[in-house]
Amino acid sequence: MPSKLREEDKILGHYLVPKHRILSLEESVEVLKSLGIKPWQLPRISINDPVVKILGGKPGDIIEIERDSPTAGKYKAYRVVVSY
Amino acid sequence: MSYASAYKEVERYLIDKIHFSLLSPIEIRKMAKVTVVRPEIYEADGSPVSGGVRDPHFGAIEPGERCPVCGNTREDCPGHFGKIDLARPVLLPHLGDKINVILQSTCRNCGRILLPDEKISYYTNIYLKLKEKWPVLAETFADEVAKQSSSVSECPHCGYKQYKLKFIKPFTFYEVRPEGEIRLTPSEIRERLERVQDKDIIVLGVDPKAARPEWMVLTVLPVPPLSVRPSITMENGLRAEDDLTHALVEIVRQNERLKNFLSSNAPESMVEEAWQTLQNVIAAYIDNELPNIYQLSHRGRKQLKTIAQRLKGKEGRLRGNLNGKRVNFSARTVISPDPYISIDEVGVPEEIAKILTLPIVVTPYNIEEARKYVLNGPYNWPGAMFVYKSKQNMKIDLRYQRNYRQLAESLEIGDIVERHLINGDIVLFNRQPSLHRMSIMAHKVRVMPGRTFRLNLLDCAPYNADFDGDEMNLHVPRLEEARSEAEELMLVEKQILSPRYGGPIIGGRQDYISGSYLLTVKTTLLTKEEVSLLMAAANYKGKMPEPAIIKPQPLWTGKQLVSLFLPEGLNFEGRAKINAGELKCDNERCFFDSYDIISNGRLLMGVFDKNAIGAEQPENVLHYITLEYGSDKAREFLDNVFRMFIRMLEIKGFSISLREVEIPKEAKEKINIMVEQAKNEIQEYINDYKEGNLEVIPGRTAEESLELKIIQRLQKLRDDAGKLAISYMDPFNNAFIMARTGARGSDINITQMAAMLGQQTVRGKRISRGFRTRTLPQFKPGDLSPEARGFIISNFRSGLKPYEVFFHAAGGREGLVDTAVKTSQSGYMQRRLINALQDLYISYDGTVRDSVGDIIQFKYGEDGVDPMLTYHGKAVNIDRIIQKAKGE
Ligand SMILES: [Mg+2]
Ligand SMILES: [Zn+2]
Ligand SMILES: [Zn+2]
Ligand SMILES: [Zn+2]
Repeated sequence: MPSKLREEDKILGHYLVPKHRILSLEESVEVLKSLGIKPWQLPRISINDPVVKILGGKPGDIIEIERDSPTAGKYKAYRVVVSY
Repeated sequence: MSYASAYKEVERYLIDKIHFSLLSPIEIRKMAKVTVVRPEIYEADGSPVSGGVRDPHFGAIEPGERCPVCGNTREDCPGHFGKIDLARPVLLPHLGDKINVILQSTCRNCGRILLPDEKISYYTNIYLKLKEKWPVLAETFADEVAKQSSSVSECPHCGYKQYKLKFIKPFTFYEVRPEGEIRLTPSEIRERLERVQDKDIIVLGVDPKAARPEWMVLTVLPVPPLSVRPSITMENGLRAEDDLTHALVEIVRQNERLKNFLSSNAPESMVEEAWQTLQNVIAAYIDNELPNIYQLSHRGRKQLKTIAQRLKGKEGRLRGNLNGKRVNFSARTVISPDPYISIDEVGVPEEIAKILTLPIVVTPYNIEEARKYVLNGPYNWPGAMFVYKSKQNMKIDLRYQRNYRQLAESLEIGDIVERHLINGDIVLFNRQPSLHRMSIMAHKVRVMPGRTFRLNLLDCAPYNADFDGDEMNLHVPRLEEARSEAEELMLVEKQILSPRYGGPIIGGRQDYISGSYLLTVKTTLLTKEEVSLLMAAANYKGKMPEPAIIKPQPLWTGKQLVSLFLPEGLNFEGRAKINAGELKCDNERCFFDSYDIISNGRLLMGVFDKNAIGAEQPENVLHYITLEYGSDKAREFLDNVFRMFIRMLEIKGFSISLREVEIPKEAKEKINIMVEQAKNEIQEYINDYKEGNLEVIPGRTAEESLELKIIQRLQKLRDDAGKLAISYMDPFNNAFIMARTGARGSDINITQMAAMLGQQTVRGKRISRGFRTRTLPQFKPGDLSPEARGFIISNFRSGLKPYEVFFHAAGGREGLVDTAVKTSQSGYMQRRLINALQDLYISYDGTVRDSVGDIIQFKYGEDGVDPMLTYHGKAVNIDRIIQKAKGE
């Protein structure tokens, strides 16, 4: 499926798509602990989101999104994958 | 309320959650202290009818009356509910949709949800889990389940055939059976709802503990206490009852009528009619604006205000009494300007200062001061309105007191004196519309004669105020906590920088700009007398600087004087506002003096104009002073130096006359030639167009291309004419100075006054409306020439031709309509945004959260930067750092 691969590279390589990463269980616990929250208090991202599809995220996974920011350098956001 | 109770430590509770549910008939009966059965209100002797809607059991409301239920007088009686036993059940109209959903998704025979058992328990499980974490989603899920089960046509539990329901808002249900549409009576609906089991109903989003479905059909109606619907006695002794009371009377009347029909075995059709009337009246009692009902009204056709009408809309309980309310300790009057008070002061009329009061607790340190206030009494400023004697727990109103001296002497430590507002008190000042943070700022009181609030002109920008009749509000924070919070956070001085765009929002406008320009311009040399006047205006206490010129007489430059007030070590470099057009120049040693250089607090080159001291100009001198030397220093600068700018204008004199926009004959002739030339070119375009030879712009029609070309050519004509007119102007022409420095007006304004008005537009197009193929009758049909389509060749100086006045009015009206429409639209948007954002906060870990602690942003603004402290949004400004280093 060469065309499928090209689609993925197109999305992940697009300059408007920031770096997404699924956190490991340990990392997730660490993030939640540092923020003092439960997973459902995070902003959400749909399982149907193109990048989540490519990464193979499952409901409950926490995704780290790293964006470039002109004022802050790097900005890390976290989102919990939901099934809708 | 007395001070004792106000200051007493009270027991506090935090509201954990609010639960809304339906009242069960049992609860309604339990809380009812009286059953209403009689539609009359008063007996012939004027006493309330027992068993009527004004029965004394509804609670004591007359002075001196004792409540027969709780034994209290009206101060302590909370009021008590009553009830009306309905002869037949009636639907709650606003729950029609919910009733519809439940009826559709349950069996008409056994009341089970129309899904197999295992599916029900599976869905219930999911629903309960969702409810815990994502309540909003749980509702959507319940809707989905309802949709699924209502499409089933045979009950999986008892096998009964299911029929579709037809629901006509607000309370009529039909069952679509093969034999026809049958109306379901409220009784039948109630029976069906009763059959629905607790364990089933959860999955439809109903909590059976809070609201059994059959409670949506009333069998007994609660009647609110009298304190909810007080009657008013007019001076002629007549009583006017509250609208709710009138509505309840109507309900009782219809209910009794139905009861009579039932007990006398009246024909079914009459019972049916009375029943439906009762249903209608009860619906109107809850919401008198429901569709498809007969509205309850007074004899004079005026609609009754029933329960929903009390809550809804702008004047309703929510928006009118909770989101916004009338408050005490506030004042409102017209504002007028006063350049001689500080920017963080407000002039308060003595009349107002004598009404607004502040409680001060008497201590050993202020007892003498407090005595003076009491001695002055309530009518002499600075006096006092009330004295609270803490030992006797007694509040004394000085207006009804003769012997102020005795009262003053009796003052003790711990008493509280409510004294008049005095100079230096902190108050909040506000101008509507309150669109941003700076619309409410804290000022220090300055009591003055006159009847208007006085406001420093530099504060006009944040309030968007002018003095053409604007009114403003003043509020007095009364407790120490509130006062210090206002002073520390809201004081004008602390709002010089705006969080909106990272720059100063307070600063010079209009005359301040003209004045600072005239003071700092190269040609200004000041005599000793002038310097003295200016320094006095700026409250300068230091030594006279060395004159810049000694012979033939000592003269000082304006730059010298300004430099005296610039903080030491301040470096700045930047273009002045006048650095544009003919005077554009990037040279540091600019001949036109239009490149500002401040080195170590001395203005070396350039003039001060809008780009240096203007309001709403980020990265100007004022901005850097505020950011780098603190808002206290900035306030001092604004208070003192700006006064000097105005004084400069007073010394020099500054006004405009017709002469300012008069141009020489030679220039007029040149403009006429330019006009002729443009007209000829445009006529050629038109000819080309008519012959079909016009070069068409890609993607446009021929007409559009022609219009575009004409508009472009006319735009160029006006620009050229304007440039020409301005080139003939004396650089010290006052109108020209104002436009160049950014004080007021622009090149376009000058062009319109001196050269020509230019094209008038409606909806962004040349004016083409009016008659069928022409704008006005003096033009030939189909005339496309500039004059016939709203181009105005005349200028304001020479005056407009009649048809030009008409076009100008047409274009002007569009502007008025636009502003009217825009304000209402942006007001609505503002309200929506505020409602959406009002309870977000930045928590101590830097995250932005909502009221339940969910995360909105992981860092405020996704960078943690306070825009108020930025350089026009940039957290660091390399240029500024270089400037500072270079100046050393
Ligand atoms: Mg006004
Ligand atoms: Zn009572
Ligand atoms: Zn059934
Ligand atoms: Zn120059």
